[in-house]
Amino acid sequence: MDFILEPWAWYVGGPLIALTLFLYFYFGQNFGASTNFETLCTMAGAGKVSDYFKKDWKERDFALLFVVGLIIGGFISSNFLISNQTIDLNPKTIQELSDLGFANVANQYFPDEIFSKEAVFSLKGFLILILSGISIGFGTRYAGGCTSGHAITGLSSFQLPSLLAVIGFFIGGIIAVWFIIPNLF
Amino acid sequence: MKNIKFLLLGIFFAIVLSKVQAISWYRFYEMFRFESFHMFGIIGGAVVVSAIIMQMFKSEKIKDINGNKITPKQKQKGFIRTLVGGTFFGLGWGVSGACAAPVFVILGFKWLPALIILLGALIGTLIYGLVSKKLPN
Repeated sequence: MDFILEPWAWYVGGPLIALTLFLYFYFGQNFGASTNFETLCTMAGAGKVSDYFKKDWKERDFALLFVVGLIIGGFISSNFLISNQTIDLNPKTIQELSDLGFANVANQYFPDEIFSKEAVFSLKGFLILILSGISIGFGTRYAGGCTSGHAITGLSSFQLPSLLAVIGFFIGGIIAVWFIIPNLF
Repeated sequence: MKNIKFLLLGIFFAIVLSKVQAISWYRFYEMFRFESFHMFGIIGGAVVVSAIIMQMFKSEKIKDINGNKITPKQKQKGFIRTLVGGTFFGLGWGVSGACAAPVFVILGFKWLPALIILLGALIGTLIYGLVSKKLPN
């Protein structure tokens, strides 16, 4: 039981993510997460404004069920499977974030500075979240995939576009944490 | 309901990501600052094991549940598309600590901020759909 409640090591994560990919393909579908953004847009009626969304979302019912599973799994994990959200973060990282004014660094999965109700209901906090989301949604559809579709599925099947996309992910991520975050806080 | 297995697989994947902390804002911040091996170990391990699985798909040692050959979809080619699109994705990922699968998992932890990120992602997808024909490849 202790094993369930304790954090799992990195070397457990990789193979279990690969097992998920294996089962997804074995069940007859292509592993990825971000196409669901398109499907949700189609369901919301985006086909009225752009032909890009004129698709039959019912053909992706399996993926929508996967998404529902992700939400349920997140709820189960947060409520029953994690006794303590403390993260064994590099002390140097903790120091950097503390210097930027972050409180209680690594005592929980999500920093209050971005995820607390106070942050969400402030103009700055709201803009951080919504603009990040817009960048994620636009970027993943333009690039043709996300961490699951490009970094895991694409790299493991040796696809050049996925290597380029992952290089892009890191260019963006590095700009975000080295230049944007220090200027926001 | 033949697709109920995808619901169960989603629950499993969410638990794995949650337990290895691959949904934590701090873990991604640390990764993009190259201050920890943790996330690189997880993603690298997933890619290595998946590459072996892909070889078994390719050689048809493993077929899908219906007996068909498993072939991953070919990604669209293009330097600008992948690099620029990837950079936008990375910017949002680095700032919010959320990417496409984790954003749904985070809904189960912090529903309100995750919902705003998800709403943004849908707006971003809509913008892409509106301008996709005009963008360079």
